[in-house]
Amino acid sequence: MTGTLDELTGQDQSDLFRGTGNQASLKTSRSERGTPASRMPAFVLGEELAELADSDDRIAVLTADLASANRTVEFQARHPQRFFDFGIAEKNMVTAAAGMAACGHIPFAATFASFLGLLCVEQIRTDCAYPNLPVRLVAHHSGIAMGFYGTSHHALEDLAMMRVIAGLTVICATDAALLRSILRASVDHPGAMYIRLGRGRDADVYDAPPPDFRFGKAIRLREGLDLTIIATGSEVRAALDAAEILSKQSGIEARVVDMHTISPLDKAEIQAAALETAAILTVEEHNITGGLGSAVAEVLVACDRVPFARHGVPDEFALIGPPAALYSHYGLHAEGVARRARGLLETGSLGR
Amino acid sequence: MVEDIDRDRRTRGRNVSPDFLADRAKFSRLETVRLARIAGAGHYSSSFSASELFAALYYAHMRINPGEPKWPDRDRFILSKGHAAIGLYPILADLGYFDSALLDNYTRLGSAFGDHPDMKKVPGLDFSSGSLGHGLSVAVGMALSARMQARDYRVFCMLGDGELAEGQIWEAAMSAAHFKLGSLVAIIDRNGLCIDGRTEDVMGVEPLEDRFAGFGWNTMRIDGHDFEAILAALDALPAPGEGKPTAIIADTVKGRGVAMMEGALDWHVGNLVGEDYDAVIAEIESGLKPSTIAYHGENGQ
Repeated sequence: MTGTLDELTGQDQSDLFRGTGNQASLKTSRSERGTPASRMPAFVLGEELAELADSDDRIAVLTADLASANRTVEFQARHPQRFFDFGIAEKNMVTAAAGMAACGHIPFAATFASFLGLLCVEQIRTDCAYPNLPVRLVAHHSGIAMGFYGTSHHALEDLAMMRVIAGLTVICATDAALLRSILRASVDHPGAMYIRLGRGRDADVYDAPPPDFRFGKAIRLREGLDLTIIATGSEVRAALDAAEILSKQSGIEARVVDMHTISPLDKAEIQAAALETAAILTVEEHNITGGLGSAVAEVLVACDRVPFARHGVPDEFALIGPPAALYSHYGLHAEGVARRARGLLETGSLGR
Repeated sequence: MVEDIDRDRRTRGRNVSPDFLADRAKFSRLETVRLARIAGAGHYSSSFSASELFAALYYAHMRINPGEPKWPDRDRFILSKGHAAIGLYPILADLGYFDSALLDNYTRLGSAFGDHPDMKKVPGLDFSSGSLGHGLSVAVGMALSARMQARDYRVFCMLGDGELAEGQIWEAAMSAAHFKLGSLVAIIDRNGLCIDGRTEDVMGVEPLEDRFAGFGWNTMRIDGHDFEAILAALDALPAPGEGKPTAIIADTVKGRGVAMMEGALDWHVGNLVGEDYDAVIAEIESGLKPSTIAYHGENGQ
């Protein structure tokens, strides 16, 4: 186990089940990536959906006994007639959302990624994606965000499960601002969608929702030719910070791409990285098998050879620990990403 | 029998003669046999146990509008036991949802009509099914939509008795009562058999009335092959709106209408050919006779 004592203990997980709005529980106000507490974005899911629902009576929100944790209580307060708590019955919630969608509603069903993206795979495939219904599956606390709550609450396999489902849009929210973009754009987007969120207070990447956001169109955040770091979700911040470390310490200039949409994948952006930059590193808070790295590899097999490596959680059940300690252990913080990038450039590993 | 053709079906509880309904149930059985021959296999007996229920719902009771399949105020029907679709497709065609000739290509490459039904391909079908245990949850969502939209449509969900072993059914049953979905009606085709044997031997589902009542539902138990009983139950449903959901437990005979299939495990999926095919067609044409097996009764015996 690596990491400073502060990193190991500086993660307050007491608010996970009651949400970030419970200020009394925020005794140690410090985000896991070292962002000052004043910059921690609130979990905007409930607030943004409530705003969208003000002018769109098709929107409904469902959750499974986690209204506080995912802040859909804020939707409930404004639109109580369109809010449904299904209790601890996720499969019923997902299929009922499909029934609502078949009657003209746009339901957002939110619960922990470990349950939505793993327990409910068949309901998502058969009831939401196969009939091409506009169900929005909001999977929060993905990856190892649940830290010491353990493997049952980690979701390191959900992207692999979701991206093989035909017609299902799979997207990771980088931060609160991009989540707002996703939610707004989702309203009139056809078909079912899996929206993967981190902890809900991931460090900011965007100052405001990017106005040119489109599903399936990656966002290039930094230019560089020495390598491209393709990251998704909460790892985009780590990738950007890693790029700064590489530039300052080693003179390595990295292109950084926010590959928010895992399916459909922005193949052109990957092909451009293979053509224009000297190496490619993917970074994700997911098992390295089956997620973003695998998706990028599927594109690269048809490109000219380029040094390539996948960075994420190795093919194992993650350790238990406070999130900050886990990110450090698996090298999913800025220093870890920078270290992996250097290693890729030094060995020229083709990583295939 | 041309009674009821071209009639407006946008009101519930239409005055249709039992003879006409019996003829339409016969039609569903005959078509099941014809379509299964095209496919080379079919769920005969699961379709036959539901023939009278299908006919009563679609020709007499449900508020539908085949000229406008997506009419927002239509009553919904979810065939949770999707493997009985072979008996429902012909009724949808007969009502005018689509051209009957399309069924001649049943299950062939590229057909809209598979053994389990696809709502994106079959006009008049309110939801896709096939994976057992999902339908009642779909119905819960649809009934909640009705409430949000202030519409008074009913949502009917036909469940097989074997699929009651699926846990999601009981999640849905719990939520239907919790959300006071008085517009929701579950019809349980209690034909007594699942694939491996009698339900009570494989995974017991009784006592059904007590179980649904314990989950906060109204319950009724009827003979699912008796039109008088079926229509009386449907007429006795509470007005759509807030209230208890209703479970109609319809005691039926799997394979009803074909003596060699009644209560027979071998005919869950089968393929009639040659003389057997002709004999079964003739038997169905001659009309329902008293069942060859003992009515399994309220305790599934």
